[in-house]
Amino acid sequence: MPAPAGGIVGQRRWYYPALAAPGIVWLLLLFIMPFYAIAAVAFGGRDQIFALPIPAWNPLEWQYDTFSATAREIVTSGGLQAQFIRTLVYVAVSVAICLVVGYPVAYYIARYGGRLKILLLTLMIAPFWMSYLMRMLAWVNLLAVKPEDPGLFNRLLLFTQVVHDPINWSSGSVSHLTVILGLVYGYIPFFILPLYAALDRIDKSQLEASRDMGASPASTFWRVTLPLSKQGILAGAVIITLPMFGDYYTPNLMTASPENTMMGNAIDLALQGGQGQQPKGAALTLLLSAFIGALMIYYLVSVSRAAKEAQR
Amino acid sequence: MTTAEATLPRETTSPRVGRLRSFFGNPWGKPRFLSVWTWLYIIWTIAPVVIAVQFSFNSGRSRSTFQGFSTQWYQAIWDQASENFDDTLLPALLQSLKLALLTMPIATALGVGLAIGLARWRGRGASAANFLMLFPLVTPEIVMGVSMFLIFSNLYHFRLGTTAQLLGHVTFSLSYVVIVTRGRLFAIGRDYEEAAMDLGASPADALRRVLLPLLAPAILSSFFIVFAISIDDFVISQFLCAQGCTTIPIKIYSAARNAGNPSLNALATIMMMLSLLSITVALLILRRFNRRHGTGRSAVEDLAHFEI
Repeated sequence: MPAPAGGIVGQRRWYYPALAAPGIVWLLLLFIMPFYAIAAVAFGGRDQIFALPIPAWNPLEWQYDTFSATAREIVTSGGLQAQFIRTLVYVAVSVAICLVVGYPVAYYIARYGGRLKILLLTLMIAPFWMSYLMRMLAWVNLLAVKPEDPGLFNRLLLFTQVVHDPINWSSGSVSHLTVILGLVYGYIPFFILPLYAALDRIDKSQLEASRDMGASPASTFWRVTLPLSKQGILAGAVIITLPMFGDYYTPNLMTASPENTMMGNAIDLALQGGQGQQPKGAALTLLLSAFIGALMIYYLVSVSRAAKEAQR
Repeated sequence: MTTAEATLPRETTSPRVGRLRSFFGNPWGKPRFLSVWTWLYIIWTIAPVVIAVQFSFNSGRSRSTFQGFSTQWYQAIWDQASENFDDTLLPALLQSLKLALLTMPIATALGVGLAIGLARWRGRGASAANFLMLFPLVTPEIVMGVSMFLIFSNLYHFRLGTTAQLLGHVTFSLSYVVIVTRGRLFAIGRDYEEAAMDLGASPADALRRVLLPLLAPAILSSFFIVFAISIDDFVISQFLCAQGCTTIPIKIYSAARNAGNPSLNALATIMMMLSLLSITVALLILRRFNRRHGTGRSAVEDLAHFEI
């Protein structure tokens, strides 16, 4: 190792790792080890009498029956499969809506924000720092249906004659829309922000060049702006997809109906529902992590491919 | 190219098309459709929350009919004499505050150490540790919550409750501190420290007398950022809570649909004010710092360009 300029080399070598050590130990004990605990419980056994989980800390003792039974339940028919498919549909539709609603907003603020840019950004970022639960509570207030009280949103619809009877937001096929509304409302700021950053980074001279060469505004958008913001779209989609797949509180708050449960609800139910269910909950968490991990890897590969292309 | 030529004569034919063209034709003009869309979006994101805050001041019980202004629902949180007094609200507020205030110093100390260590330590371990530090940011909270729940109940044999919640909060806020501090470390550069060391300071002296004072704004703003994310957290708090450790978000979760009355909105409003206030303070500190050493962007813009 080449000696760094200045200072006492021998002293420096341990000094900085020592500064980082407490944080690293903390993360090893409370982030990596717990992650291993999921595997140990998922692949462990169960006490026959008390139904307590017996985690298998030694990978050689792992047994895969609970795990494979859970995985089979997702692939073949059953409640879990329905929940898994529902989760995929909810997430896909929500991300699509986030893109359609969010892109013009990010585009406008990045390109035309002007003097109002700081104000617009502040308003756009504000929901970040409001608790997610507070924001869901706001919608529960607006949509809550009790026999004596149709809710504020219904009253607006009745007043504007869009509907003639108050809508029950928590049941039937409308409930799916309600949950998707909750998901979009909850996560869209996290989608817009990286997208805004990507759009803001686009060099305006490239757009000018495209216009100078005779491209119409529309084709400048389709052939220059959109490709240049692709990484931002992808980043935003990944950032909201990860937590959405683990979400259980949005459906529980928006409709509280078993018709709307997602994968997160299955995990939550298994783990809050007594110790006997722990191995199943752990197996579900592992499967979810594997799925999310695959998405993450796809994203990282596409980022590095884009970086390579940019270098060429 | 062909489209541009094809649309050019049409511009003169119809005034409506001409007006449309002038919306889109000038690449630096403001297209009105986008402007309207953006403002509608902002109203849509903010209005429900504003309405929720408004109903915390309702004089009636309803959360959809405003019957007049009153602060009785705030009194219902702490005033035992109040007719709507709910004895579960104040403990939730205090639990949230306790967790956030305890998380602040621990996460900041660990995170600043980690950031400095990682930025200055050249070695194979550093990149592995860097990778490790980024992981909590992309791990869904439910996975973190489940993992800590399982290890506390199966290996560390740790009773779930305030301590477990505190350990969880520090774990997920640590990485944010590292990110904020590291950004400033790169902006400061290594010159000051190296100058100090060339003049005979030991690394410890250089750290204490040069680097830490320069980092002070980042450390201070991490403090407030940690406070805000800790007080807003729901999933990890819930998974690591057994009894008597209900925080405000947990309270909202369990009461929103059933037992909700405006005092829940009042509690949520207090929480929101606390986190918005602490974020504003964090931004103001970063802005002051930026004026002196900054990138020329505002702190809000810096935050928007926050990258992992």
